[in-house]
Amino acid sequence: MSELIRLTAAELAEKIHSREVSAVEVAQAHLDRIAAVDGTVHAFLHVASEAALVSAALVDDGLAAGVAPASPLAGVPLALKDVFTTIDMPTTAGSKILSGWRPPYDATLTTRLRAAGVTILGKTNMDEFAMGSSTEYSAYGPTRNPWATARIPGGSGGGSAAALAAFEAPLAVGTDTGGSVRQPAAMTGTVGVKPTYGGVSRYGLIACASSLDQGGPCARTVGDAALLHEVIAGYDPLDSTSIDEPVPAVVAAARLGASGDLSGVRVGVIRELGGEGYQAGVRSSFDAAVVQLQKLGAEIVEVSCPHFEYGLAAYYLILPSEVSSNLARFDAMRYGLRVGTGASAEEVMAATREAGFGPEVKRRIILGTYALSSGYYDAYYGQAQKVRTLIARDFAAAFTHADVLVSPTAPTTAFPIGDKVDDPLAMYLNDLATIPTNLAGTAALSVPSGLADDGLPVGLQVMAPALGEAVMYRVAAAYEAARDAEDGGPLIHRVPEVPA
Amino acid sequence: MTTPTLVGYDEVLEHFDPVLGLEVHVELSTNTKMFCGCPTEFGAEPNTQVCPTCLGLPGSLPVVNRSAVESAIRIGLALNCSIAPWCRFARKNYFYPDMPKNFQTSQYDEPIAVNGYLDVELDDGSTVRVEIERAHMEEDTGKSLHVGGAAGRIHGAEYSLLDYNRAGVPLIEIVTKMIPGTRERAPEVARAYVTALRDLLRALGVSDVRMDQGSMRCDVNLSLSPRDSGVLGTRTETKNVNSLRSVERAVRYEMTRQAGVLLAGEAVVQETRHFEEASGTTRPGRRKETAEDYRYFPEPDLVPIAPPVEWVEELRGTLPELPWERRRRISAEWSLTDEELRDLVNAGALDLIEATVAAGAPAGEARSWWVAYLTQQANSRGVTLDALPVTPEQVARVIALVASGELNNKLARQVVDGVLAGEGSPDEVVTGRGLAIVSDDGALVAAVDEALAAQPDIAEKIRSGKVAAAGAIVGAVMKATSGKADAKRVRELVLQRCAPVRG
Repeated sequence: MSELIRLTAAELAEKIHSREVSAVEVAQAHLDRIAAVDGTVHAFLHVASEAALVSAALVDDGLAAGVAPASPLAGVPLALKDVFTTIDMPTTAGSKILSGWRPPYDATLTTRLRAAGVTILGKTNMDEFAMGSSTEYSAYGPTRNPWATARIPGGSGGGSAAALAAFEAPLAVGTDTGGSVRQPAAMTGTVGVKPTYGGVSRYGLIACASSLDQGGPCARTVGDAALLHEVIAGYDPLDSTSIDEPVPAVVAAARLGASGDLSGVRVGVIRELGGEGYQAGVRSSFDAAVVQLQKLGAEIVEVSCPHFEYGLAAYYLILPSEVSSNLARFDAMRYGLRVGTGASAEEVMAATREAGFGPEVKRRIILGTYALSSGYYDAYYGQAQKVRTLIARDFAAAFTHADVLVSPTAPTTAFPIGDKVDDPLAMYLNDLATIPTNLAGTAALSVPSGLADDGLPVGLQVMAPALGEAVMYRVAAAYEAARDAEDGGPLIHRVPEVPA
Repeated sequence: MTTPTLVGYDEVLEHFDPVLGLEVHVELSTNTKMFCGCPTEFGAEPNTQVCPTCLGLPGSLPVVNRSAVESAIRIGLALNCSIAPWCRFARKNYFYPDMPKNFQTSQYDEPIAVNGYLDVELDDGSTVRVEIERAHMEEDTGKSLHVGGAAGRIHGAEYSLLDYNRAGVPLIEIVTKMIPGTRERAPEVARAYVTALRDLLRALGVSDVRMDQGSMRCDVNLSLSPRDSGVLGTRTETKNVNSLRSVERAVRYEMTRQAGVLLAGEAVVQETRHFEEASGTTRPGRRKETAEDYRYFPEPDLVPIAPPVEWVEELRGTLPELPWERRRRISAEWSLTDEELRDLVNAGALDLIEATVAAGAPAGEARSWWVAYLTQQANSRGVTLDALPVTPEQVARVIALVASGELNNKLARQVVDGVLAGEGSPDEVVTGRGLAIVSDDGALVAAVDEALAAQPDIAEKIRSGKVAAAGAIVGAVMKATSGKADAKRVRELVLQRCAPVRG
């Protein structure tokens, strides 16, 4: 296999822009890799070989003509979660109900990637409409974890994370509604970022829960994630919830962090996220990470976020409520699947939704429809919104004592495929530590913190206030550099070769 | 369905007090839709004014149209409402094929304007204050065309066509509080309110307010309370009320229908009913097994609207002269009695007269033309005054021609007839029909002599000093000249020709 696929995005960009290798060669190397391993991994729902090569060739042409690269990532390949609309590729959100749909428009994020000269390799697998923590709820079959192919890669963005860990792409984009970028990152030994709500445009992102969804960068290093972050983030007039502020200077922050000094940075350990429920190896990995941060000069403080314990319950009221409304549009009238030739529109709608949605989606639509019903609204949705406010206040208070907060990203390492698919509550607990950030609209990332006793990757979650991404990247980059140094190289290089 | 027993109107009032409520939907005439940049033009080819957002495509997001918010605030101010310093959109969830997202983005418990009123003038000049509960913003749905079924209804249709051009067009819904105490005038109050609201919205320039095109739609809520009890009855909501006259008829019909039901000892069903224009009756809409639960919640894809006080005050400054203020001004300027003014308003003549005056005509002449001759013409053609093919400027020109002596009143009417017949401008009609006054004395003298010769006995009377007899000769001359002569001049000539011959 080509060594190109093991390079970071920054290294690839440097080689492409200096014309040491062509963007086409880089794209081809990754397409070859996908052809070789994706039969096993199943990270991709659609591979756009031809479009990828055309896009890469355009970058090469520009460079040959002496034009400066469109962005620091021009010519670098990327795997796009199949929840962003693409005018030239199908977009399914992992659902049968959108099978065959070709969007007539590009998401703002897609447009930004194209404008930056990024080579989009294809669309990655996901839990249907981003609901799930294992990618098993994809209507198109599960994605396998490259570290252990009988195990899940996390979810909902398991395809994007697995593509990185299997060296099918150096960069990916995910969406994080309750942990769908960070938890798969933790499970696959990669980096995943959930930016501040409103930091990355949601225009063209097929909604799961509008007030929680946020697109974010996925990469194998913190520095690569920062480069991608600056490409995809920024104000978009087409998204009313987009923040009209400058994008935090995360690339510079990651570089600063990689120099290894965290003196003057206060790192808060959240008491309520340190208790029961963690796999022993996850717990010890986290403790070691805190020690490592201290060694880097950070001041470790303990903070309390007393309302986090209500986060999961509030999340599972707000999310299904929004889902029940957002997914109402899939009714067979205008696009996507149509089942049945019933006598009435209602019958066609019902038959199509029955056939087109999977069990988890139906479960959440039912939950949300119930929670919003007249007479229940105040008790459920109304109360959950109050919890949301309290959690945001907990964060605000904690951030007066600490610049960033840390916790394990997920309570366990990757579990076997089939283990929790019939136990929704066990599945939901995966997101215990990641959900508060979505509820508060703040930022967080997951960075690899080594392997647990079972030989599987663990993630360290670093959380920051809204628009506080710079310090978050700085801390993560410092930690990553120190851990890699101690480990004798990046964790990701220890991923076993994927069996054919 | 059994035919309802209707009760005489007097009997309704003997037993019951009607309680009215009116919900009016107005399509704003903004250039673009409520949440996207698509045009809003009426009558375009189906599905040509659509984009991912108004089609509700996966991933699309709404962005609020600032001019729609501006119109909403101006309407709120004109209706004497308080403008909310902070409000939100909400989703109203229900499935229907012409609604692309299967929820309507609307406002629920946080409308942009609340607690206002509109003073409505009735036919007899008295005024009723209708209290406004709220005015809120929302988006329109698409349109369904049901083919192959009975009367264009979805039930029994072979197939349905969907046009999403209208989906996302900005709407303002204006809801009154309950209007009690209108008694026998309930139908009139309903019509007068909708009329006043239409005039107000037209003056604001925020909507075409065309009930026939659906840019203004009215739902009539009506219930009957047992006479003087103050106990509210069960209400019905009547839709498809598409003209001012229908508003009045729908209220009246529902009063008699509900009274029939109640007097038969049965209960009024709370339901949506549809007004049938042809029969003037209402029929029940689709009966729902369960109460509709719209599962409202705040629209998470939009941020709250918080209009700054300075902006609201700036918009207050842009309010035009309101229709009732204008009427007050005009009646002072033209020295009209209330009754005269009301006649003008009822005849739909006010705008036309004002425009005619603006084109240079004296108010009295302008008024006389529009309320007399032109109203007759409109009536005989079965159209409203403003639909007559003559402009206020043309009427003003005719008035000027009379004033300058180039036309007399009779000829002037013929000129107007020519304009109405499509023969061109007043001047073109004068030329085309040869209608200028005959002022050539030579021709007139000959005609006068001829008439005197034809009636020698009358000529003799005049000569003997009975000047009053001259009228008969003038009449004959006018007849002979097809009315083109200046009657005054003819009279002078008659007297001249009959003057005693001095020796």
